Amino acid sequence: MANGGLTGYRRPDGGVGVRNHVVVLPVDDLSNAAAEGVARLVPGVLALPHAYGRLQFGPDLDLTFKTLIGTGANPNVAAVLVVGIEPTWTDRVADGIAEHGKPVVRLSVERHGDLAVVAEGARAAARLLQDASELHREPVDRAELVLSIKCGESDTTSGLGANPTTAQVVDRHVAAGGTVIFGETTEMTGGEQFVAARCVDDTVRAKFEGFFQGYAELLEQTGADLLGSQPTQGNIRGGLSTIEEKAMGNIAKTGTVPVVDALGPAERPRRKGLNFMDTSSAAAECVTLMAAAGAVVHLFPTGQGNVIGHPVEPVIKLTANPVTATSMAEHIDLDVSGLLRLEYDLVEAGNRLMEMVDRTVNGRLSAAEAIGHREFVLTKLYRSA
Amino acid sequence: MSEPPGLLAHCQGDDVAVAVRDLEAGTTNVAFLDAADTTPAPVSESIPLGHKVALRDLAVGAEVIEYGVPIGVLTQPVSAGSLVHVHNLRSARWPTGD
Repeated sequence: MANGGLTGYRRPDGGVGVRNHVVVLPVDDLSNAAAEGVARLVPGVLALPHAYGRLQFGPDLDLTFKTLIGTGANPNVAAVLVVGIEPTWTDRVADGIAEHGKPVVRLSVERHGDLAVVAEGARAAARLLQDASELHREPVDRAELVLSIKCGESDTTSGLGANPTTAQVVDRHVAAGGTVIFGETTEMTGGEQFVAARCVDDTVRAKFEGFFQGYAELLEQTGADLLGSQPTQGNIRGGLSTIEEKAMGNIAKTGTVPVVDALGPAERPRRKGLNFMDTSSAAAECVTLMAAAGAVVHLFPTGQGNVIGHPVEPVIKLTANPVTATSMAEHIDLDVSGLLRLEYDLVEAGNRLMEMVDRTVNGRLSAAEAIGHREFVLTKLYRSA
Repeated sequence: MSEPPGLLAHCQGDDVAVAVRDLEAGTTNVAFLDAADTTPAPVSESIPLGHKVALRDLAVGAEVIEYGVPIGVLTQPVSAGSLVHVHNLRSARWPTGD
């Protein structure tokens, strides 16, 4: 019981993963076809098609590179085949992943064509897959695991049940020396002062407030208001009335531990403990950024029933809404609706979620993994050139 | 054994509680996450699971307290037992809409 019986894959950069994927990573939208072609010929690998990577510039391009490199570098990934339309940006992504010490193969499409790239890529991918199959799980410590949290399609049962259950795991994971990432900058609105108050020092607080202010200014510049989309129509259907109410429920999942750092999108945590990350509140964008920062298991409390998964980071979904738990059972890993019926308390719900985290770490497929939910969505900061 | 409480509130002193199952008009009990006691509460209309009920009479313009903090401002007076939602409650943060 020293480590709770946890096992994982130790990577050359010191990271600990809970999956052993071989990824085929397109650098750009144009290379999706070749990447998916490789995955059709070598079904054990995971292609990660996405919509961007061409004619981006400045911080938007930097974030795309950071997200692609970070996803390849995620400890749940054993090896990567990078495919791009031309060699220079392909090298930039491949070199960034190779710095983490894992096997990386790179191919570019121009002067070869898709079919030649798919043939050569399939041979390379098969070798990477066979080599990865010889890597073994080892005992790991909870303190070595990076978790991420984000809720979605929240309703009032989220704030009463699923989110405080998640908070139990956040507090226990941090107490054990582990790392947790939370984000959703926009959904702090109405509760941002409570997060600021939990920041460990003035420097971190200033960084957090800077991110929050940046989003508020962006809103002002566009002249738009978020009233039509925050709370979402799903939130309202589930009984949430205002962004303040939604924020209080959202923050309820972050537990009571201090916020040790405020990270930019896809930025790797440097400090153990609870880290804030500046992210969109859109589920797939947020989880993709957190996985790119190295998170290996995601906890996703939901009310009305968000169905998200991620290709590389297993997503554990829990709900306290009894209708969601039964009508969408194939999406839900843990039903804590008994909290609403006062059948058990938050400590017991936390015990159940800890057990589900540990089983998922040790290889149990999450509901999203079992039914193939693999949302991989890059965050776009502004339009391309 | 009697039915479990139909309403659950975050804090004693909150103005609203959440229906933990579909409720019809009548009387139910409200439980609080921060207290062991339950108290009777009227319900004056059908309230779907997850929607909020006023625990006391509230005036137009009043802040509504949930989680022990304001979650918005009432645009209409609300009587104890009635639904509190987007038709009578709006954000104090983004008041420019509609």
